[in-house]
Amino acid sequence: MTHENQPKPPSGMGPLAKREMRFAYMLLLPTFLIVLSVVLFPLLANVWISFKPVTLGDLRAPSILVNERVMGDLEAVGDTADIRYRARNSSRKSAIADVVMTDTLPATLDVLSVDDRCSLQGTDLRCDLGDYEAGQREDILIGISATDAYIANPENIKNTKPVFEFIPENILTNNDFTLENFRKVFNASDFWPVLWASLYYTIAGTIGALVMGLFAAQLMNMAFRGRSVLRGLFLSPYVAPVIAVALAWVLLLDPGPGGTLNALLIQLGVIDGPISFLGQRAVEINILGLSFDFPVALTVVIIFEIWRYFPLAMLFILARMQSMSSDIYEAAEIDGATPIQQFRFISLPQLMGIMAVLFLLRFIWTFNKFDDIFLLTGGAAGTRTLTVNVYEQAFAVSNLGAGAAVAVVVFIVLLFFSIIFFKFSPEDDA
Amino acid sequence: MTKFGNIYVLCLLFGAAWGAIWTVLVTLLALFISGHPFQPQVTAGAVAGIAAAAVLTGLAPAKRSPVMVAVASLVFIVVLVVASGATPLGQPLSLYSFGQLVFVVLTAGVAAQSINLTAQNLGPGHERRYNVEVLCLRFLKGFGLVVFTIAVALPFFVMVMMSLKNQQLLLSNPLDFSLNFSQGAAALFRSYIELFTQYHFGSYLLNSALVSVATVAITLFFAVPGAYAVARLKFPGQNFLSRSILLIYMVPMIVLVIPLYAIFSQLGMRNTLWGLMLVYPATTIPVALYMLQGYFRGIPSELEEAGLMDGLTRLNVIRKITLPLALPALASVALYVFMIAWNEFLFAFMFLDNVDLYTLSRGIAELNSSEVPRQHLMAGAVIATVPVLALFLWFERFLVAGLTAGSVKG
Repeated sequence: MTHENQPKPPSGMGPLAKREMRFAYMLLLPTFLIVLSVVLFPLLANVWISFKPVTLGDLRAPSILVNERVMGDLEAVGDTADIRYRARNSSRKSAIADVVMTDTLPATLDVLSVDDRCSLQGTDLRCDLGDYEAGQREDILIGISATDAYIANPENIKNTKPVFEFIPENILTNNDFTLENFRKVFNASDFWPVLWASLYYTIAGTIGALVMGLFAAQLMNMAFRGRSVLRGLFLSPYVAPVIAVALAWVLLLDPGPGGTLNALLIQLGVIDGPISFLGQRAVEINILGLSFDFPVALTVVIIFEIWRYFPLAMLFILARMQSMSSDIYEAAEIDGATPIQQFRFISLPQLMGIMAVLFLLRFIWTFNKFDDIFLLTGGAAGTRTLTVNVYEQAFAVSNLGAGAAVAVVVFIVLLFFSIIFFKFSPEDDA
Repeated sequence: MTKFGNIYVLCLLFGAAWGAIWTVLVTLLALFISGHPFQPQVTAGAVAGIAAAAVLTGLAPAKRSPVMVAVASLVFIVVLVVASGATPLGQPLSLYSFGQLVFVVLTAGVAAQSINLTAQNLGPGHERRYNVEVLCLRFLKGFGLVVFTIAVALPFFVMVMMSLKNQQLLLSNPLDFSLNFSQGAAALFRSYIELFTQYHFGSYLLNSALVSVATVAITLFFAVPGAYAVARLKFPGQNFLSRSILLIYMVPMIVLVIPLYAIFSQLGMRNTLWGLMLVYPATTIPVALYMLQGYFRGIPSELEEAGLMDGLTRLNVIRKITLPLALPALASVALYVFMIAWNEFLFAFMFLDNVDLYTLSRGIAELNSSEVPRQHLMAGAVIATVPVLALFLWFERFLVAGLTAGSVKG
C-alpha cells in the first residue's frame, strides 16, 4: 500500500509489540490447550477410529490369564514333579508385548530345571516370555523335587501368585486399518433415507423456527400488560432441560391410554381413534387425485424442534427490532404506508441480516442435533437422522468404527454446507 | 344512524372467530379442571360471537363503554345457550349448574373483551385500507398470542399436572387434571418425596449443581483472559481467531462422543464427574470467549490506557478496570454456560454408569428406561426444570442483553 517515495513505517515488531504478543499468547494458551485436547484432537481421533475395526468390547484392554499347577506327586523325599504355568492372552484380537512373569517358589523345593526363558535367583523366578499373539497360549515348566523340609511341612505352591507385567497392544493405536466401516455405512439400505430425513429435518426445522420466531417477535414488540410474563413463558422451551420437555412431549403425544393430546382430539371430535404421533412412519394423503406419503413422526419431531428453538430466533429478532430507529416509521406513517407495507418495506429489510445469521447458525445446529430425536423416538419410524445413526451404529450395534464412519459423513456434510454458506452468504452485519 | 361498512363486516367475522376460539378454550379449561366430559359447542360459540360483535361494534367507537361490553357479553350468553340447545358446555345445565354458569360468563366476558380490543377505535363504517389492515393485524396478533401461549404452556402444564396425579387416575381419564387437595400436601407431592427418598434425586441434584458450577468457573477462568487478548491486544492471528473461534461451536457433539468415549474409557476418566468437568468447559469456552470479546470491545479503551499510564500492570488493569465494567456480560455468560451444563444430556448419558455420579439428566433418563410410574418421571422433569428456569427468569434481562451484545452489535 505504501508509495515508494513516502517514508515507510518501521517493518517488523518492536520490543513492546513483541511483549504484547507474548502476553496475548499466554492469555490464550489455556483456551487453546483445552480446545485442542477435547475438540480438535477428538475430531482427528474420530477420523482415525473410522478406519479401524473397533467394537465397544475391544475398549477393555487385553491381559494375561494364567493357570498354575503341580504336575506329578510329591509324596516322599526325592520325588520329582513339574510346576506348570499355562499363560494365555485373554484377547482374541489384540496382541500383548513384553510379557514378564515373576513368582516366588517355596524355599523347601529343589529346583531341577527351569524353562529356557526363565531365570532363578534364590526363590525368585523371573521369565521373559516375549510377545503374545492374539489368543496365544503356552506352558512354562519348572522341574522340582521335594526335600525333607517340604515333606515335613508341605506348602501349596499356589500361595504365591505369579505376577505379570506386560504392554497390552492398544486397539486404538495399532496398525490395523480397514475400509469396512465406510463400506458398511454407504452400502446400508437406509443410508439415503437417513440422509434425506436429516436434510428434511434440518431445513424444515430451521425455517420453521425462524418464521415462528419472527412472528413471536412481532407479538412481543407490542406493548400490553403481562408482556414480560409472556416473554418469560415463551423463552422457557429453550431454557428447560431437553430431557424434561422431550419426555413431557412423549407423554403428551402418547397413543395409549393416558395420552393427553389424543384424548383431547377425540373429545373434540377431530379424530376417531388415537394417532401414534411418534410411532407412525407415514400416512397416505390424497389431494386432487395425487397421493403422497406424509411423514408423521418426522413432522412431529420437526414441530418439537420448532417449538424448542423459536425462542432463540425471537430473542435475536426482537433485540434487532428494538434497536431500529422510529424516525423512519414516522416518515412512512406520514406518507400513508399501511402497517403491512411498513413491515414489508421497512422492518423486513432491516431484519434480513440477523435472519441470515440465524439461519446459518440454526441450520448447522439443527443438523448437529442429536438428543431431541433420540429422546422422542429413538430414531424409529423414519426419524433416524445421521446423528442418531452415529449413536445407533456405535453404541446400539456396538461397532465404534462404523459409528465413527457415520460421524465422519456428518462432518463432511457439515463442511460442505459451511463452505456453501460462506461462499454465497451476503455481507451481513454480524 | 351510522352507516355500516367493510369494518363492520370484518368485525362480525372476527367476532365469530373469537366466539369459537374462546368457547373451545374455556370449555377445555372446564374439562381439565372438573374432569367432566364437556364438549365445546363451536358453532354456537361462533354464532354468539357474531351476535355480540353485531351489538358492540355496531356502535361508534366512543360509545363502547364497559357497560356496553357487559351488554354484549349478556347477548353472547343468551345466544350461546339458545344456539347450543341449552347445553353451552355440551352437557345439560342441571349438571354443576353453578360451575357451568361461571364458565359461560367467563367465555362471554373474554370473547366480548377480545372483540372490543380488536375493534378499538375502528368502525363501524367504511374505512380505507390502512385501518382495514390495522383491524386484521390486531386479530391476527391476538390470535397469535393465544396460540403461542397455549402451544408453549401445554407441555409444561401437562408436566406439572401429571407429576401431581396418580397413574391409575390418569390412565382412566387422561383429561382430568383436577387436583385433590383434601388429601394433604404429603400425598399430593408424594412422587417428589419418593424421588428424593428412594431414587437418589438429592444426589443427582447435587451432582448437577456441582458440575454446572464448576463448568461456569472453569469457563470464565479460561475465557476471560482469552477474550481480553482477542479484544484488546494486537498479535498475529488476532483477526483470524476472533472470527474462527465460533467455528468450534459448530462442531457436532455427536462426532466428539465416540473418540472421547474411547479415550476416556482407556484413561479411566469416563465414569467420573471430572470427565464431564473437562468436556463441558471445552465446548462452552469458545462461545463464552466470543460473547465476552464482543463486550470487551464495547468498553472504551481510554479507561484501560489511563490505568496503564498510572502504572498498573496489564493483569491489574484487567482485574480492576475491565472486569468490574464487564460485570453484566460476565453474569450473562455465566448464566448461559450454567444453562448449557445443567441441561446437557448426551455426555452425561454416555459417560456416567454409576448411580452415585448421575446428574439430573442422566437420572431422569434412567427413570425413563425402567418401569417407573409416569408421575415420578414428570416429577423428575419438574425438579430438573425448576432451578434453571427460575434462575433464567430471574436474570432474564441480563442474559438477553449479553446474548445479543456479541453478535448484533458486532
